Amino acid sequence: MVEWNFLAVLSDIDLLLLGLGNTLVVTALALAFGIPLGLFLALSRLSTIRPLSVGSAFIIEFFRTTPPLVQLFWFFFALPILIDVRMTPFIAAIVTFSIQSSAFFAEVFRGGILSIDKGQWEGAKAIGMTYGQSLRRIVLPQAVKRMIPAFMERSIELLKTTTLVSTVAYADLMFQANDLAQKTFRPLEVYTVVAVIYFLLIFTFSQISIAVEHRLARSGESTVR
Amino acid sequence: MTEIVRIENLHKSFGPLEVLKGIDLTVDSGETVVLLGSSGSGKSTLLRCVNFMETPSEGQVSLHGELVGSENNGGMQYRERELCKLRTRIGMVFQHFNLFPHMTVLGNVMEGQVTVLGRSKPEAEDKARQQLERVGLADKAEEYPARLSGGQKQRVAIARALAMDPDVMLFDEVTSALDPELVGEVLKTMRQLAEEGMTMLVVTHELGFAYHVANRVLFLHEGTILEQGEPQKVLKDPETTRMREFLEGHSLFKLPD
Repeated sequence: MVEWNFLAVLSDIDLLLLGLGNTLVVTALALAFGIPLGLFLALSRLSTIRPLSVGSAFIIEFFRTTPPLVQLFWFFFALPILIDVRMTPFIAAIVTFSIQSSAFFAEVFRGGILSIDKGQWEGAKAIGMTYGQSLRRIVLPQAVKRMIPAFMERSIELLKTTTLVSTVAYADLMFQANDLAQKTFRPLEVYTVVAVIYFLLIFTFSQISIAVEHRLARSGESTVR
Repeated sequence: MTEIVRIENLHKSFGPLEVLKGIDLTVDSGETVVLLGSSGSGKSTLLRCVNFMETPSEGQVSLHGELVGSENNGGMQYRERELCKLRTRIGMVFQHFNLFPHMTVLGNVMEGQVTVLGRSKPEAEDKARQQLERVGLADKAEEYPARLSGGQKQRVAIARALAMDPDVMLFDEVTSALDPELVGEVLKTMRQLAEEGMTMLVVTHELGFAYHVANRVLFLHEGTILEQGEPQKVLKDPETTRMREFLEGHSLFKLPD
């Protein structure tokens, strides 16, 4: 019979909380860089300037189709050979997940922008708005509302994917768990607690996301007319 | 009469399809000109070339005697900034209203004034309320467009265009998407504008409006102006067979006198 003993884990829970903090930092920074970069990639891809749209389409597809672990190893181990940079696990993590998530966010932005009726662009154009003004004042405010569920979904995916940073020795929740499991010889309890932490975190996020979605659906904004 | 819009030798092609085949037209200040024609005749395209929602393939457009764009070895060249500025002086109302659903009625009418013309918010709000009063919707200022009827939406769209103080207003089949009982209120608003001296270029299927309000009626067919003149003449005693057929098509089911 397996004996459960959480005491060893709970007495070192501050180690795990430190890891949780680092996980949240990586996720937050990847979002902070990834969302604007995603908007930029989406606008480039929608651009009529051909090199711009082809270039960004390539970047988006490349980062959507390669495994995030390969990307992370590439930035951490390969990039310093190519150019003279000192890569830390933290920087490699931020760079990888910013670009990786921006590729997904770009597609969310693009879908949102394309879902707006072309009459909205025309209405804006007819009162003398430039492309930038139409986008900022008319199209994006409506598109972003529709994109919120997809954004939440992607952010949750991102939070889960950040566990990969433990492989380059960044002290996220997963890394701390590995550490603690080896130290205490209690992998059963350690990984159970870690799973519960991730569950609580992501479950809360997704409940919020569902609530937001419901509220948006109720406000019933009809965007076409 | 001062000339507001002048169109010379206007051509427009979409790929291999030539929709406009050389249109000449001037609209004078205070005039209401109605464009008639069956679908595909090019009347909407002509209207959309006036404010460069479509770029003409050939020919020239002038507003107040100023040529739009610059000549460049035989063709015309247009800069986006110049066109944006031009569009602030030309109001346009669409078949499907194209109101901004995320803004209130007041917000819709203020938007262009604030974002494009750079008016202050209080000034834009005053102006917006005046224009809503003018189209009879002062009491709807705080509503969102989704809560309005089609006729009310279209009158808001008219107010939005008027708030920019345009030199000329373009109406592109503005009653075609409305329930029949809502058409009247929009036409009434347009008639009132015409009587106040607004210069208007109107694409419509409402022959009654053309007959009673227009100073001049143009009949387009396959990209050329086939017939034009005073509505009483053109609509009652057309010269071409094509125009006669068009009018008969519209009055097939008239009530007996």
